[in-house]
Amino acid sequence: MVTNVLNYGRSGVADWVVQRFSALILAAYTVVMVIWLAVNGGELTFAQWQGFMGQTWVRIFTLLTVLALAGHAWIGLWTVATDYMKKGGVRVAFLGSVAISLFVYVVWGISILWGF
Amino acid sequence: MLVSVYRYNPETDREPYMQDVEVSLPEGKDLMVLDVLNLIKEKDQSLSYRRSCREGVCGSDGVNMNGKNGLACITPVSEVVSRGKLVVRPLPGLPVVRDLVVDMGVFYKQYQRIKPYLQNSTPAGGRERLQSPEDRAKLDGLYECILCACCSTSCPSFWWNPEKFVGPSGLLQAYRFLADTRDEATEERLADLDDPFSVFRCRGIMNCVSVCPKGLNPTKAIGHIRDMLLSRAT
Repeated sequence: MVTNVLNYGRSGVADWVVQRFSALILAAYTVVMVIWLAVNGGELTFAQWQGFMGQTWVRIFTLLTVLALAGHAWIGLWTVATDYMKKGGVRVAFLGSVAISLFVYVVWGISILWGF
Repeated sequence: MLVSVYRYNPETDREPYMQDVEVSLPEGKDLMVLDVLNLIKEKDQSLSYRRSCREGVCGSDGVNMNGKNGLACITPVSEVVSRGKLVVRPLPGLPVVRDLVVDMGVFYKQYQRIKPYLQNSTPAGGRERLQSPEDRAKLDGLYECILCACCSTSCPSFWWNPEKFVGPSGLLQAYRFLADTRDEATEERLADLDDPFSVFRCRGIMNCVSVCPKGLNPTKAIGHIRDMLLSRAT
């Protein structure tokens, strides 16, 4: 039987709200990126990219998106794992690797955004 | 007509198998699936299935017919038969006791869990607790459930977590008491449901709505519960 120990929220409502809000953030970021790429499309230079990504609001928005992605992915994959992985050991191993990957992505994302 | 029936007798069979039976149907008459099962049982007494009222009220003969759950007694053969063949299996996701008879234990456990009775500690004024016709109307589409388990056993979320996800039938009943103006346990009921499994495993697949023999809408009731949980949390 599945337990809640690996679910950080332990509340169905909290998970549900986080999933919806993070989805909105991811959608908004996608729209902004698509519009920016459409406007500045064609041959993009490194300087253009750096100029765009170097702006404070883009850095903050990107960091927010990275965090939203991590939360969204965690809730989604936790749900999938508790549905389909019936062996506790398999599920813990899978969710452990998901947690480590997401943590690495967040730290790596911060270092990319604020490290230059 | 060719009828393929799921057979399993744990005392003699090592594993379940499908038995093909040729059934001659009377001319110009559309039998119900239950009638076909009765015709088979006339020839082979060992076939087991539950049935009682034979008119869609008791909810005993929920089975899976050509892949769709329903009550055998009110499902016309013509409605489910495909390429001249009728395939009858037990309700999916529950342990098979024998042939088409399933162990409904976990289904009833979830029903019991939502406390399907009116909770009110205030003494009734007068002889009974009165409701306005408008408040009574809120229970329409909820109280009619006959607990046949067609919905819950067609729900993948219930298949994967029958011990933790209440299931469409239980949640429909849960909302029946949440919506009842005479019930005072709303807060306790909601607190019991606010975990990631009980309600929120519903992924809106809506198999429950498509199979309910009483035409009820558990997905809508689950949406109302989610709204109540949400406004309770904010």
